[in-house]
Amino acid sequence: MKQESLLQVKGLSVDFSTKAGNVRVLNQLDLHLLPGEALGIVGESGCGKSMTALSIMRLVPVPPGNIATGQILLNGTDVLQLTESEMEDIRGNEISMIFQEPMTSLNPVFTIGTQVSENIRRHQSKNSAQAKEKTLQMLEAVGIPAPKQRINQYPHELSGGMRQRIMIAMALSCQPSVLIADEPTTALDVTIQAQIFELLRQIQAEMGTSVILITHDMSVIAEFADRVAVMYAGRKIEEGLVRDIIDNPRHPYTQGLINCVPVLKTDPGTERVELNEIPGVVPSMAQLGTGCSFAPRCHKAIDRCYEEVPPEVTVGENHCASCWRVGEIA
Amino acid sequence: MKTFLVGLNRTIYSLVLLLAVIVLNFILVHIAPGDAVTAMIGDMGGATPELVAKLRADYGLDQSLFTQLHTHIWKMMRGDFGLSFTHRVPVRDLILDHLPATILLVTTAFFLALITGTILGIIAAQKPKSLVSHVVTVLSLSGFAAPIFWTGLMLLIVFAYLLPLFPASGMKTPGFQGTGLEAIVDVLKHLVLPAITLASVYIAVYSRLARASMLDVLGSDYIRTARSKGLSRRVVVYKHALKNGILPVVTMAGLQFSQLIAGAVVVETVFSWPGIGQLAFNAILRRDHPLLLGILFFSTLMVVVANLITDSSYRILDPRIR
Amino acid sequence: MSNREKTDAAVRPDRPLAELWHMFFANKAAVLGLVLWLLVITTAVFGLTIHPGDPFAMVGAPMTPPGEEFLLGTDYLGRDVLTGIIHGASVTLAIGFSATVCTAIIGVTIGVLAGYYGRWVDNLLMRVTEFFQVLPPMLFVMVLISLFTPSIYLIVLAIAVVSWTGMARLARAEFLKIKEMEYVKAERAMGARNASIMAKVILPNALPPLIVAIALNVGTAILFEAALSFLGLGDPNAFSWGYMIGSSREYIWDSWWTITFPGFAIFLTVLGVSLVGDGLNDALNPKLREL
Repeated sequence: MKQESLLQVKGLSVDFSTKAGNVRVLNQLDLHLLPGEALGIVGESGCGKSMTALSIMRLVPVPPGNIATGQILLNGTDVLQLTESEMEDIRGNEISMIFQEPMTSLNPVFTIGTQVSENIRRHQSKNSAQAKEKTLQMLEAVGIPAPKQRINQYPHELSGGMRQRIMIAMALSCQPSVLIADEPTTALDVTIQAQIFELLRQIQAEMGTSVILITHDMSVIAEFADRVAVMYAGRKIEEGLVRDIIDNPRHPYTQGLINCVPVLKTDPGTERVELNEIPGVVPSMAQLGTGCSFAPRCHKAIDRCYEEVPPEVTVGENHCASCWRVGEIA
Repeated sequence: MKTFLVGLNRTIYSLVLLLAVIVLNFILVHIAPGDAVTAMIGDMGGATPELVAKLRADYGLDQSLFTQLHTHIWKMMRGDFGLSFTHRVPVRDLILDHLPATILLVTTAFFLALITGTILGIIAAQKPKSLVSHVVTVLSLSGFAAPIFWTGLMLLIVFAYLLPLFPASGMKTPGFQGTGLEAIVDVLKHLVLPAITLASVYIAVYSRLARASMLDVLGSDYIRTARSKGLSRRVVVYKHALKNGILPVVTMAGLQFSQLIAGAVVVETVFSWPGIGQLAFNAILRRDHPLLLGILFFSTLMVVVANLITDSSYRILDPRIR
Repeated sequence: MSNREKTDAAVRPDRPLAELWHMFFANKAAVLGLVLWLLVITTAVFGLTIHPGDPFAMVGAPMTPPGEEFLLGTDYLGRDVLTGIIHGASVTLAIGFSATVCTAIIGVTIGVLAGYYGRWVDNLLMRVTEFFQVLPPMLFVMVLISLFTPSIYLIVLAIAVVSWTGMARLARAEFLKIKEMEYVKAERAMGARNASIMAKVILPNALPPLIVAIALNVGTAILFEAALSFLGLGDPNAFSWGYMIGSSREYIWDSWWTITFPGFAIFLTVLGVSLVGDGLNDALNPKLREL
């Protein structure tokens, strides 16, 4: 299956200048997104997954951030080369994003209606009546009850779940080809989480939008994504179809992540699955040594792991991993 | 309905504050050494005990304190602030004559400071390490550190003496007969230096505050959302950020209104601006207590009214506390 | 963003006093402020030994411009401006500091009581605070001075009476915040008395912002005293900078120096206070840096 990628990230490296010096937060990242698919990016906090999203949106604050190398191709055009105003035409139109914190991601002093229709009027030549009509449609589509009343309300009058629905309505109002969802349900209740994913799935099916879902939760990936990229300390360390990764993880870190999920394989016959955790903490990006950055926490690490960064190895169809012992781990 | 109740509540509270000022006036007059009659006798150069007793009875000073307070409050509520010792006219009329000049000066300076300060703050916040940002920092530090009367005098030396661009004192050119537009221009010319002087302190305060608050707002999640919608930098800053960023400035402006009026008192004496500040200055030199207390009451009234206005504009700006 | 937090935590172990000094002295503006301050204090303490003289004494021809004979010139009564400035330094500092001490005592006490006891105490004290906040400070002080006999004590007290509200609000806010902390609740659970919790547990933790406010208040108090003396409402026996400007303002067109130099002295002193205050703020409350 050789399909043309909609979005392609090639060799992306991002630096941040801090008081402790220059820190590389993304290192030679390669990703691709096919039309209509849902790509998951998973990793612990601080691994660079949000930075990836911000880089694609070109919303990395510069300075202190700086995109050092790489390309981000949208339909073959490198968005990193576009002028700011060309990029503005793409944001919210071709690529949209929803954020982790629905409580703070909406502007508290403007009404819901203003904030949603603003996106529509920015990218589509519609008068205010048409934009309002479209806004109402979008609110209805994301399951907001009584949209006619809602558009005159302010964010603080709505619940977290409702606000996230508003964010989704806003992000999808111009039928973007790519939707980036950065931990869209982390701040919400479990029941609301399920509703939001249901909504995303339904919209994705209806509109054919490609989705990049960023999360720390492997079970969310298992439920929602087609393909997954696992990130650790600014690098992608494994990538493949969700099924393959879950059944046959090849990187010790991915294995650890999967073991963290309590109920992935619930077989009534077997004894209770033990809840595991990966020992240690994510290293500060400022203190990375040479070699594999996961080595200090890895129970399979050998000397070589501390010396050289492992290259990416193809381990199956559409499945690759970066580990020196990938051959021995199955 | 809720808005109305909140408004009513604030208004009643303001009235209570004003009542408290009246009571404070009464208390101050009574704990101060001597009373109105002593002062009058001092002016007359002595009097017989009979006359003193008669005067005391006339002024109600032989009544119980409670009765006196009661009378005092009633008189003040009816707008009777007594007679000025020195001018021999009702205090109320004197103050009402001078009030417009003060209101003109204070509101001009206030809006000048609010607008200039906010604009400077916004510019500085967008590029925190730039030259403009440093200029704003220096300006706000100097504006705060320079005594207001000195700023006024320095402006006088430069813009009224070395470069005679503006008149040095008063509100109208003496003997000026023009009317209509000409008269307005004449007043405006006189207004420039006092207004800039009074505004200088608050430009410093507001620009610093606006800078900090805009820096804070520009780093917030909803600004990132606005940017992710493809809005231009200009729309993001002047629409999405400004309406949030100005809130702390409005709060501060409300809190500082009493200081602004106090500043006007000093500025008016520097520029001989014929407002209540100058009136107060002359009243204090002549120990004209009724006039001074009346001015204290009216200036507090101005602060209270200004606070009500700031309060409602805050409610318009921020839906969360509506 | 998470990166920044990490690095921040890395450079900020337990922030002992040495760390604080280090941060303060790394701040060029704060050091400049400190230098200005040392200059003013040195002038106040040693000035008259180096350049002795009675500020009220006529020493030369009236309105001699600055030059060889008199470095900063003389005023309309032939009084030496430089002597006046040196003399004014101690008057200004004395009033600035004592007014600030009074302000802090009134403000912190009221704020602490309101914040700690809450309920009706808070309600009452905050209404009183709001009342004082709507009184225009200069006019209120004018009323006080005209009703009572002006003296240096009355002036210090009057400045404090109109300046304490900000400090009270700050202390109240800090106490409200800190009294809900676990360690305070623990103290209370162990049966510590209110007074001891306030003084020994909460106050030390509320100090950083209060110290900054107190430092900045010295500047406001100096400005206030200057304005009063300028209006001729100060203590007539104290030769302060504000008095110098006020007494010479009729002669502004003939002798600019009698107004410019004392004003500049006030400016530099207050600037020094602000810079030191900002520096302390940055060092003590690192979260607020860049603001």
